[in-house]
Amino acid sequence: MKNQTNQSKLFIDAITQSFSKLLPQVQVKNPVMLMVYIGAILTTVLYFLSFIGIQDEAGGYVFSIALILWFTVLFANFAEAIAEGRGRAQADTLRKARKEVQTKKIKSIDHPEDFDVVLSVDLKKEDLVYVEAGEQIPMDGEVVSGAASVDESAITGESAPVIRESGGDRSAVTGGTTLVSDWLIIRVTVEAGNSFLDKMISMVEGASRKKTPNEIALQILLVTFTIIFLVVSGTLLPFTQFTSEYVGTGSPISLTNVVALLVCLAPTTIGALLSSIGIAGMSRLNEANVLAMSGRAIEAAGDTDVLLLDKTGTITLGNRQASEFVPVNGTEKEALAEAAQLSSLADETPEGRSIVKLAKDEYGLRSHDLSSLQATFVPFSARTRMSGIDYDGNEWRKGAADTIKQAIQAKGGTFPEECTRIVSDIAKAGGTPLVVTKNETVLGVIHLKDIVKSGVKDRFSELRNMGIRTIMITGDNPMTAAAIAAEAGVDDFLAEATPEAKLDLIRQYQKEGHLVAMTGDGTNDAPALAQADVAVAMNTGTQAAKEAGNMVDLDSNPTKLIDIVRIGKQLLITRGALTTFSIANDVAKYFAIIPVLFFSIYPQLEALNFMGLTSATTAILSAVIYNALIIIALIPLALKGVKYRGLSAEKLLRHNMLVYGLGGLIAPFIAIKLIDVILTIMGIG
Amino acid sequence: MSMIVIQQLLFILILIGLSIPLGIYLYNIMIGKSVFKNKTGNRLEGRLFKVMGVKAEEMTAKKYAISVLLFSIVGLFFVFIVQLAQRFLPFNPENIEGTSLDLAFNTAASFVSNTNWQAYSGETGLSYFTQSIGLTVQNFVSAASGIAVLFVLIRGFILKQKHTVGNFWVDLTRITLYVLMPLSIVGAIILVSQGVVQSFSGYQAVTTLQDGAAQTIPLGPAASQIMIKQLGTNGGGFFGSNSAFPLENPTALSNLIQLLSILLIPAALCVTFGKAVKNHKQGRTIYIAMMTIFILTLVVTTISEAYGVPLFSGATGLGNMEGKEVVHGIGMSSLWATATTAASNGSVNSMHNSYTAFGGMMLMFLMQIGEIVFGGVGSGLYGIIAFVLLTVFIAGLMVGRTPEYLSKKIEPFDMKMVCLIVLVPPVLTLIGTAIAVVAPGAQELVTNEGARGFSEILYAYSSMGNNNGSAFAGFSADNPLTNLLGGSIMLMSRFIPLVATIFLAGNMAKKKSIAVSEGTLSTTSNLFIGLLVGVILIIAALSFLPSLALGPIADYFTSH
Repeated sequence: MKNQTNQSKLFIDAITQSFSKLLPQVQVKNPVMLMVYIGAILTTVLYFLSFIGIQDEAGGYVFSIALILWFTVLFANFAEAIAEGRGRAQADTLRKARKEVQTKKIKSIDHPEDFDVVLSVDLKKEDLVYVEAGEQIPMDGEVVSGAASVDESAITGESAPVIRESGGDRSAVTGGTTLVSDWLIIRVTVEAGNSFLDKMISMVEGASRKKTPNEIALQILLVTFTIIFLVVSGTLLPFTQFTSEYVGTGSPISLTNVVALLVCLAPTTIGALLSSIGIAGMSRLNEANVLAMSGRAIEAAGDTDVLLLDKTGTITLGNRQASEFVPVNGTEKEALAEAAQLSSLADETPEGRSIVKLAKDEYGLRSHDLSSLQATFVPFSARTRMSGIDYDGNEWRKGAADTIKQAIQAKGGTFPEECTRIVSDIAKAGGTPLVVTKNETVLGVIHLKDIVKSGVKDRFSELRNMGIRTIMITGDNPMTAAAIAAEAGVDDFLAEATPEAKLDLIRQYQKEGHLVAMTGDGTNDAPALAQADVAVAMNTGTQAAKEAGNMVDLDSNPTKLIDIVRIGKQLLITRGALTTFSIANDVAKYFAIIPVLFFSIYPQLEALNFMGLTSATTAILSAVIYNALIIIALIPLALKGVKYRGLSAEKLLRHNMLVYGLGGLIAPFIAIKLIDVILTIMGIG
Repeated sequence: MSMIVIQQLLFILILIGLSIPLGIYLYNIMIGKSVFKNKTGNRLEGRLFKVMGVKAEEMTAKKYAISVLLFSIVGLFFVFIVQLAQRFLPFNPENIEGTSLDLAFNTAASFVSNTNWQAYSGETGLSYFTQSIGLTVQNFVSAASGIAVLFVLIRGFILKQKHTVGNFWVDLTRITLYVLMPLSIVGAIILVSQGVVQSFSGYQAVTTLQDGAAQTIPLGPAASQIMIKQLGTNGGGFFGSNSAFPLENPTALSNLIQLLSILLIPAALCVTFGKAVKNHKQGRTIYIAMMTIFILTLVVTTISEAYGVPLFSGATGLGNMEGKEVVHGIGMSSLWATATTAASNGSVNSMHNSYTAFGGMMLMFLMQIGEIVFGGVGSGLYGIIAFVLLTVFIAGLMVGRTPEYLSKKIEPFDMKMVCLIVLVPPVLTLIGTAIAVVAPGAQELVTNEGARGFSEILYAYSSMGNNNGSAFAGFSADNPLTNLLGGSIMLMSRFIPLVATIFLAGNMAKKKSIAVSEGTLSTTSNLFIGLLVGVILIIAALSFLPSLALGPIADYFTSH
């Protein structure tokens, strides 16, 4: 119900806007529609002149033409207004989040109790603020101390709170979001008025929307067509004057008809819808919860032909899972499972938990009560690269094969050949082997498996059809990476990826003339993000990553990159399709208008009127009415964008030419004839 | 009719056969490859540049454009002065007076712009000196300039992240010396063998067999000018009646050679283009698109000439032979008329005004397309490439990528230049016609009744506005308004697109090239050829349908 009232409010707003956009300073911005606007004014003046005896054509006819032209202008305004309206509604919601709040500014990280209460607008870069549960975060910043859950629904629309903590890749917070629990000390990273929320508001509102290169190039083309048609229509005045005098019959073409012809021929359909297509493209991106820092970025997304995709989260389910225990040296499977479980008890990572779960599910081993064990936990550390437990005088460990091998050999034990073979088999199959030991004896290997998301293979093959290469980025070793790459059907992979290797890969592709898109979240992704042509930063990511990217994904979903590419392509296709449609329409309009235009001089030209239009009046009115109505009819298409299908360029072109080229050639013949019939029935003519 | 089809088909096959080796040769000229086997020749070339003061250093687009313009302005003044002063210059056995100022301007503009619109009549208006030193020189260099600018555009596509596009003086010299001169010399010798005159002696008075009446036979250094007039798509005849005159085009062989020369270089350049961009399919695409439109219009013209006139009982069913030479017949006349208007040549072997309404409309339409179906040497190809870019732009958007051609992105600046190239000729043609018809005394300029009277004016300005130069007889061209207006239109229509092309090339050369993938629009597929032909025809039709409706279309319906 609420939605419905919103819709009608949007509608009414757009209608009001259509009239206020009639101001000359607004019309000047769109040259094609400006020409229609001037035509409307001119015919209106001609109508009033008919009262004082200056007759261009019959008064009623001139009035009808003037009226239709005004409606044509209003329809174009309406198309733009309704596209902007959707953005404005989004912006209003965001603006509510951006209210001024009082906040506790502190002097030092060590003394949060020593604060001054200041207004959020007065905060400067590098200021430190202390925020507690229930308070709003005053400004974008970096968490320097503490951990808390934050409700970011104001920005992302997602109601589940997220964790924000100092250090690591989850340290960025956004002004306007609210703390649900605990406290944070935040270092402010932007000045007031320049925050993420501010940028977001101006982007969705379209206030900072600059015309993109493609849009400008298309505008140039449309203006060129308009100039040609202006000359074509304008020169008919002298041509018909000369001919009527020379032939001795008929009269020169009227000014009203020149204007009508010009408006019909000029690419008004695309001219009227061009800016709405751009705004709507931006809105579609916003609806996908992606915020582009510029319109350029969306277009670039359509152009990309190499996607760098992080393996985890995009290609495989977030985490690896234990799938099998492989014993060595004749160890009992159950003993290995127990050892694996013991060594993972303290391991809170998803992999660790999956080991505990597998042991429980397959061998009925109940998870031990941690506190009763009186054991010492050995957490994973970068130095030892192992984790485990010291219990009952024994050391249970699990870790990567090479690490374990070193540790065992250091203790004087031997690393069995059999184990090396198993480890290599698992790796070849795309799994991750973890070796489990008890003191200096190797018990067996845990097979951790990457689960490739269902449906990704089809998606990648669709991307391949579209001419887009997919590159999987992973920290895994080349063998594992190759197996997963093959399973997921990506074109290539980068194994053991470091930030430098990623950056080099991007540079290499760009040097070969490719346009590269990627997603990233960590600070170490920042250089690669800055280098990529389309860089989508995760909203959960660090401030550095967000600043380096040219889009932010509020859902922090790495799969989104594929959707972004689609939206970019769809935007360009919509423009091209409507341009083709607009130009193709001209053929029918010519056949409607030309035969009747010179009727008084050469009645024989009636032979060309194979549409059988009733009279000169109905023929020209039908063409002009069609010209106005087609704008309204195509607004939904402009806002939604044409249907995009992942096909090769050749097939896509063939399909779109058939629909919009051939369709644009045929549709107006039928529509104009229909309008002519209706006008005739109404007794006009 | 079957004879006509065989003749025309054979011509097209010979043309294609000759264009391929010439295209490859032209490529070698473009890339500066040495044409001599021994070193003496190369040293000669080097010495020539030294004498001319040419430093063979690479030019930026801007510098290249300025060089072309300066060179053309000097040529313009030279031809202008020579005409005015021909009374005092040598090689004037008939003591022809200097021309009027406006005619001198018109003719100078016409030849410098590779149009060869002739408001004068060769045998009565110009001395041998003016024709050979003034006009023939321009026939060579205006053609060479067109090819040079095409070379620049091709380099724009090949070069990556470069700021220079070649050296105009080197291009101009190499094209003239190694392409136009040898072809002209060989051709002229064959023409002379067929009876085309080449003489500096005065006109001959002869007594005819019929009643012993006296007749003056005009002579002159014709063969040397005629060959280059065809090869360089100039079209300005030595004699007023152009190649319909027996001393300019006496035999079937001379007719075939002249006819082939009209289309030879423009067709060969398509091959050059494909070779230069390392993908002969790209050149073939354009070649096929041009050939498609050419054959379409040729068929319409030939059919309307053969069948488009009422047959009177008792008359032979020869078709419309008015204004055509019996030796050429319907077939070779229609073929020549189509070729000369498709290419921006403008020479004639039959009178276009005598064509049927639809036949005449095809000729007019071929010019209005913008002289890009073969078109002028060089200029035809760079003109159609502008249309290719336009097609790529619209089609490219429809596949969801920033449009690109030959791995170069098409950006706003490129579109600006493309639009200038596409926009200028039709706008000038229409505005020129409009001014001509409102000018006082417009009705006295034309000779035919009704719609055909308007066609005469429209044809004249289509010819000048697209640098063709052919005339629809019946229109009096030598008057101050037509001379001045027409002269200005010819200059603008030649040099605005030419400069825009150079700047387009300069901008293309600066770009890096983009990798090709499945998502890239193919510019060699049949679909693309169809689109290109469609875009060309639709834009021309949209621009000229209303005025054609008042001309040939009304002509057809009022006479049927």
